[in-house]
Amino acid sequence: MDYEFLRGLSGSIGTIFLFASFLGFVLFALRPGSKRLHADSAAIPFRHDDKPAADDGQEAQQ
Amino acid sequence: MLDYIKLAILGLVAICAAIAANYGLDAAYKLHALIIMVVAGGLFLWQLRRTGEPAVAVPTGEYMDGPVRAAAIATAFWGVVGFLAGVFIAFQLAFPELNFQWAEGYANFGRLRPLHTSAVIFAFGGNALLAASFYIVQRTSAVRMWGGNATWFVFWGYQLFIVMAATGYLLGATQSQEYAEPEWYVDLWLTIVWVVFLIVYVGTLLKRKEPHIYVANWFLLSFIITVAMLHVVNNLSIPVSIWGSRSVQVFSGVQNAMTQWWYGHNAVGFFLTAGFLGMMYYFVPKQAERPVYSYKLSIIHFWALIFLYIWAGPHHLHYTALPDWASTLGMVFSVILWMPSWGGMINGLMTLQGAWDKLRTDPILRMMVTSLAFYGMSTFEGPMMSIRAVNSLSHYTDWTIGHVHSGALGWNGMITFGMLYYLFPKLWHTKLYSLRAVSWHFWLATVGIVLYAASMWVTGIMEGLMWREVDAQGFLVNSFADTVEAKFPMYVVRGLGGVMFLSGALIMAWNLWMTVRSAGAKPTSDLVPAE
Repeated sequence: MDYEFLRGLSGSIGTIFLFASFLGFVLFALRPGSKRLHADSAAIPFRHDDKPAADDGQEAQQ
Repeated sequence: MLDYIKLAILGLVAICAAIAANYGLDAAYKLHALIIMVVAGGLFLWQLRRTGEPAVAVPTGEYMDGPVRAAAIATAFWGVVGFLAGVFIAFQLAFPELNFQWAEGYANFGRLRPLHTSAVIFAFGGNALLAASFYIVQRTSAVRMWGGNATWFVFWGYQLFIVMAATGYLLGATQSQEYAEPEWYVDLWLTIVWVVFLIVYVGTLLKRKEPHIYVANWFLLSFIITVAMLHVVNNLSIPVSIWGSRSVQVFSGVQNAMTQWWYGHNAVGFFLTAGFLGMMYYFVPKQAERPVYSYKLSIIHFWALIFLYIWAGPHHLHYTALPDWASTLGMVFSVILWMPSWGGMINGLMTLQGAWDKLRTDPILRMMVTSLAFYGMSTFEGPMMSIRAVNSLSHYTDWTIGHVHSGALGWNGMITFGMLYYLFPKLWHTKLYSLRAVSWHFWLATVGIVLYAASMWVTGIMEGLMWREVDAQGFLVNSFADTVEAKFPMYVVRGLGGVMFLSGALIMAWNLWMTVRSAGAKPTSDLVPAE
């Protein structure tokens, strides 16, 4: 694990890996059919304003 | 059993601190040892009185809002302290007589400047982030904080860090790393507090009742993790003696410079940007009463910001011993960073789509929108200044100071004020005392920032041009003192801008105080003052 090795790694596989995983995250966010899930996630701040969810873990609202 | 272990540890810490105060080699170290001794001794007595008492059941059906209230109060308190320090040093630059002879070595510009930067970034901004993190993670996970009183430990431990950092600066304990000035033992203490912060945060996320982790938590978690990493690496130092505050950095030369600005720029990127974006993604939708414009965009915003920001640090080191390729890398990533920044700004602003009329009646929402506008402006200005050709004019001038303040006062300040105006009525179950006062605060702060930024642009560009001006023979035309003289009027304007911003914050403190008072009976008994 000397400098040359790390430098070589970051200049080749490392860059490709990071860029590919970034593209993967973006494409996954844009995947078709995710609209309903995203709308549901965006509504999270409006659900449990005053007290935590009940202990049974079942969400009443969807 | 745990109570007895706590007693033993607290007693031991108090005794060790007393020994350290005796052997201490410098004033800052001695004072800090005394502070630790008093705190540990006080906690020992407090713990002693509670030992053996029957345990109080933890309420499960409600959120843990005590630490949120405490952090919100501390935010307002440290904000006023930090702005006051800033106004004072602004006038010290305009009128050097304010570096009083009798306070030489304690309250001169060099000692007060890090006090100001740390007070506004870490005390004001840090407490705002604590309040936001504790509040948001509970609401969006639909569970109480995990870890019981560990959340209180994070709050009080962080205040102890602030007090030791601030008193250390005044007494000259600094390791001379920008935004990382506190010495080794203060760094070690912050590391402990920060790891506990990470644990309670992740613990709360793990027991969440919502299947999805809301995007604000992604930003806040990335802020906590990245700051931990930055803090540990940039503070690698070896103490000269365990009885003194002095330490020596492990890195030296350009390696240290690069590590420092990797830290420094990501303190901006993850403390002042990612953390506050987490705040934005929760409080802007709440105040506008509609979900964020595009959840997909918020996810892309997050990943783009995370992947890009970490590389931008070297743009602080153009034309230095740092290799050109490294500073070019920093410059390129800074310019690309413009895209996620503006994506996030658009996402925040468009959240108001169909609700723009609220801006006419709601000064709190107006503050949040203004903060997003300043976020857009300073994230345009920053990448521009990171370009090498522009940097050759702007670097080391007041333009940099102006840029930092349009970001810090405009973006961080305004979004925090908006959050406080939202949180106080919510936490004390009441209405905000005066909306008119919020309007006053808004206009004082906005005009103050405009005066500040405009005067710093003028003086910065003027100074940059004067430094590079050469005559027909190639000699420099201006001496350094010439630029200092020419900058005087702008320094006075800047100071006045600061006075306006501070006045706004004082109005806010009064307004929030009256809000809590008008709430009448305190909602719970765990209410504590900030100091």
